[in-house]
Amino acid sequence: MDMRTPLARVRHLGASPEATSHWWWQRLTALALVPLLLWLVASLVWLAGADYLTVREWVAQPWVALLLILLQAALFHHAQLGLQVVIEDYLHLEWPRLAAIVATKALALVLALIGIFAVIRVSLGA
Amino acid sequence: MAQFRLPKNSRITEGKHFPAPADAGRVRRFRIYRYDPDSGRNPRMDTYDVDLDRCGPMVLDALIKIKDEIDPTLTFRRSCREGICGSCAMNIGGGNALACTRAIEDVDGEVNIYPLPHMHVVKDLVPDLTQFYAQYAAVEPWMKTASATPPDRERLQSVEEREKLDGLYECILCACCSTSCPSYWWNDRYLGPAALLQAYRWIADSRDEGTGERLDALQDPYKLYRCHTIMNCTNTCPKDLNPARAIGEIRKLMIERR
Repeated sequence: MDMRTPLARVRHLGASPEATSHWWWQRLTALALVPLLLWLVASLVWLAGADYLTVREWVAQPWVALLLILLQAALFHHAQLGLQVVIEDYLHLEWPRLAAIVATKALALVLALIGIFAVIRVSLGA
Repeated sequence: MAQFRLPKNSRITEGKHFPAPADAGRVRRFRIYRYDPDSGRNPRMDTYDVDLDRCGPMVLDALIKIKDEIDPTLTFRRSCREGICGSCAMNIGGGNALACTRAIEDVDGEVNIYPLPHMHVVKDLVPDLTQFYAQYAAVEPWMKTASATPPDRERLQSVEEREKLDGLYECILCACCSTSCPSYWWNDRYLGPAALLQAYRWIADSRDEGTGERLDALQDPYKLYRCHTIMNCTNTCPKDLNPARAIGEIRKLMIERR
């Protein structure tokens, strides 16, 4: 039975100061994704119908490779920050929530590493 | 998980119908949420047909007429009848409002009246605001100073500094905004728009010396950052204040001091 006063329940464990950095990075990555995704869509339209070697050469250019790496870093970082907020909104039990957040972050990290590694591999001509 | 359906004992049934007298002129139908925890029965919707020719223009006038002349068991809070006490906040025609400042003619169709959403109901239209007041207390809504009080005068504030409190000090804590916010419904760790507007009222006060510790106490993913700028708070505020802007201003200060 919860016999704490209403004020004690509202104060709970106090504040957790990571919050601002989470919010700030969610905004920054969103901002970065606007030009990066426009560039990606424009490039894919331009590459439509191109053969495998052309696309491979396109990816291998240093600027393209750098932008693709930046895009994936921003995309997966933004995705895991946003999914964390959704999980915190709807999952209220402590353990399932923690497990879901850790799983989301791990999945985002793995996907980002796979994508970035693939770009590096193509770019450095392995 | 967040709960999306009402618990079994909270689901609403159809209640009684009180027709208008035969000689009534303009008749308007009011459907009102009724719940009495002592009865052990589910909540119900009672229907009252009210003669507007013998009733004042506001929703509160109709509620008082119903209680005085039709059904004295109807329970609701009211006091000032002019939008300054915040007692008669309730859900009218699908939106939160003060019954005393909402005109009956501004509501479309049948006038559906419920208590403020997602609060425990004490009886009929009376919600339990214990948690809401605790959230207000948690932002420590009083002036914090370390400097001694000037011996011969008030703590001074320039005209421009005072202007920063406009749009904040007018809040009457009616709870319309917080109880209209889905983030507030689903996370009891979120302080809600009303408490955050009040928090900003003290953060923005040039005489207050506790700004840093106030920001420290709010810097939290739940207490502050559960706001997803849904804007229900600003849309519903019966005093035309903007809690969403106050929350945005707090976030700007968080970035400024990073």
